[in-house]
Amino acid sequence: MYQLSLDNLQNFFRQIAAHEKLYIPTDKDNVAVYAEYAEGMQLTQKLNTNRSAKDFFFPQTENLYDLRMNGKNLEIEDTREACEDFVVFGVRACDVRSFAILDKVFLADPVDSYYKNRREHGTVVSLACTRPEETCFCQSFGIDAAAPEGDAACWIADGSLYIKANTEKGETLLSYVADLLTESDGSAVAAQQEKTRQLLAKLPLANTDFEGMKKTDLMAHFKSPKWAGLSEACLGCGTCTFVCPTCQCYDIREFDTGSCVKKFRCWDSCMYSDFTLMAHGNSRNSQLERFRQRFMHKLVYFPDNNDGVFGCVGCGRCLAKCPISMNIVKVEKALEVQDA
Amino acid sequence: MTKETLIPLLGVVTDIRADTPDVKTFRVEAPNGGKVFEHIPGQCAMLSIPGAGEGMFSITSSPTNKEFMEFSIKKCGKLTSWLHQMEVGQEIAIRGPYGNGFPVDTEFQGKDLLFIAGGIGLAPLHSVINYCRDNRDKYGKIDIVYGSRSMDDLVDYKEIIDEWCAEDGIDVYLTIDRAQEGWDGHVGFVPNYVKELGFDTNKTAVICGPPIMIKFTLAGLVELGFDKTQVYTTMELRMKCGVGKCGRCNIGDKYVCKDGPVFRCDQLAEMPDEY
Ligand code: SF4
Ligand code: SF4
Repeated sequence: MYQLSLDNLQNFFRQIAAHEKLYIPTDKDNVAVYAEYAEGMQLTQKLNTNRSAKDFFFPQTENLYDLRMNGKNLEIEDTREACEDFVVFGVRACDVRSFAILDKVFLADPVDSYYKNRREHGTVVSLACTRPEETCFCQSFGIDAAAPEGDAACWIADGSLYIKANTEKGETLLSYVADLLTESDGSAVAAQQEKTRQLLAKLPLANTDFEGMKKTDLMAHFKSPKWAGLSEACLGCGTCTFVCPTCQCYDIREFDTGSCVKKFRCWDSCMYSDFTLMAHGNSRNSQLERFRQRFMHKLVYFPDNNDGVFGCVGCGRCLAKCPISMNIVKVEKALEVQDA
Repeated sequence: MTKETLIPLLGVVTDIRADTPDVKTFRVEAPNGGKVFEHIPGQCAMLSIPGAGEGMFSITSSPTNKEFMEFSIKKCGKLTSWLHQMEVGQEIAIRGPYGNGFPVDTEFQGKDLLFIAGGIGLAPLHSVINYCRDNRDKYGKIDIVYGSRSMDDLVDYKEIIDEWCAEDGIDVYLTIDRAQEGWDGHVGFVPNYVKELGFDTNKTAVICGPPIMIKFTLAGLVELGFDKTQVYTTMELRMKCGVGKCGRCNIGDKYVCKDGPVFRCDQLAEMPDEY
C-alpha cells in the first residue's frame, strides 16, 4: 500500500490526466456528478454521485451504426471510434460491484462488443466509504464499503490518500504517479476500516437479508398477493431504473439525420407501459405487472440465472429518489413476511 | 451468428411472392449469392429498413435449402408495409439467427409429428415441415392441420396442395373458419377440428398461431390424452436485441429470444403467463 498527502492530490490527478482521460466525482450545481478532470477540480464531499457510474461502460445513449439507403442500395457502416483508455476515480464499493453484475449480462455469450470495448479501456479506482448513509445496505450483498474492489482501491484517512493496486491496470495507474507515492504499512487504513465497519453495523438497513427470498420458488413470489399493495402508488416514472447501477434494459432506435439513419441504443425501463407494447398488444398491461417485473428480475430471475447473485448492490439510490418512497427493501420485506 | 451481434449484414431480396391478400414471401440472399447465414428450423432473424425500423421474423425456409432464406410476412405495421411495397433487388439489413429452434435432431427424431397451425402461424412451421420432408427417414408419419379465416388466407396453398399433399407419409388437413364458395373442404376452427380428427397420443405435436388458438388447441390435445411434454409451441417474437440482454422479451427466468421462441408446453406451464 502507498500513501500520498492530500496536499498533493491535484498533482496526483494532473499526472494521471496527462496519461489517460480521468473522471472524478465532483460537485456541479450542488449535485455530485462524474466529470472529466480539469485543473483545480475538487473531489465531492458527498457520499456518492446522483447517477450511478454505469454510464462509463453502458452510456445512456450510444450510436451503434449508420444506415444509408440509395434507391435499392443499402450501406451499413460501423461508425464506432476507437475507444481511448480512461480512468474513473472515486467509485464506491457498491458501484464497483455493479460492474461485475453488468458484466454477467453484457460479457455473456454473445459478447456485447460496445460494452466490452469500454470495459477493456477503463481503469476503475475505488474509494472506501467512511460515512455510509441510512439508505445504504451494500453489506446485504456481501459488499464491504471499507474495502472496495476495483483495479486500484483508495482510502482517505488522516490527511492522506492511501492506494493499493489490485490488477495490472491498477499497477499501470500507480506507475503514472510513482514519484508522488511513499510506502505505507496501512495501519491508518486498518483503523479507519474498523470505524467504518462499526458505523455500517449500526445502519437502519444493516440487517436486510435477501437470501430468504430464495426459500420460496419463482411462481410463488410471482403470484404473491403483496404486489397489488406494493405497486399501487407507483407512477411508472422509471426513476428507479435510471438511477440504478445494475438496471440494464435498453432499446434500439433510429434517428434520421437527413443524410443517413443513425441506429442508437438507449436505456429503457421495464416500468414504462410501452416497454413490452407490440402491434398485437401488451404482455404487461398494468403497472402492477411492470412493477413486479422490475423486482422479480432483480430478486428472483437474475439470481436464478447467475449463481444466486442478486441484481442489486444496495447503493440506496432508488430509496432516496423514488417519488413515492417505494424501494427494493420494502419489496423484500413484504415478500419475506408472506413467506414466514 | 452475425459476428457483431447488433450490427446487421446486407441481404438482397431476390424474389417476392404474394401468398394471400396480406402475406408476402420474400427471398433473401447475400449480395454475392448464397445464404447470409445458416439457421436451424424455428429460428428467426431481425430485418431492418432505415426509416421503417426493425422487426423479428421467423425464417420460413428450411435450412436444407442452401441458396437462400425466405420470410413469409403479414402486413400489419410500418415496417411490414414498407417490406410489402418493395421490389426485387432491394437491399435490406439482416442480423441473426436468433432463438433455440425446434429440437429436430433430438426430441423430434424418430417420432410421428403432428403440426398444427393457424393463419400466419404456418410461417414458423413451414421451415420445420420442409426440413422433416428433406430428412424423411429421420421422422415417422407427419400430420399437418392448418386453418385460416378463408381460402384466400391459407399461406403457401399451392405448395401445400402440389407438394405436401402429394407426398407419401404426410397427411394434410385444411380448414377455413366460414364456408365459402369454391371450398369443399372442412369448415370450422382449428382447435375443434383437431379434436374431431382425434390423433394418436404417441405423436409429438407442434402448435403455432394466435395465442387464443394455441390455448384452445393445447387444451384439446390434453383432452385427447396428450401430455404437455409432447407438445411444443413457438412464441410471438417480442424482441429487440435478439441476444438476451435488452430485457424486452424476459418472462420469468427465460428470454424468449435466446431460451425460446420454441418452448415445450410443460415448460410454459411453469412460467409466469406474461405472453
Ligand atoms: S421510482 Fe418509484 S414511482 Fe417511479 S417507477 Fe420506480 S417504484 Fe415507481
Ligand atoms: S435496486 Fe436500488 S439499491 Fe439496488 S442497486 Fe438499484 S438503485 Fe441501488
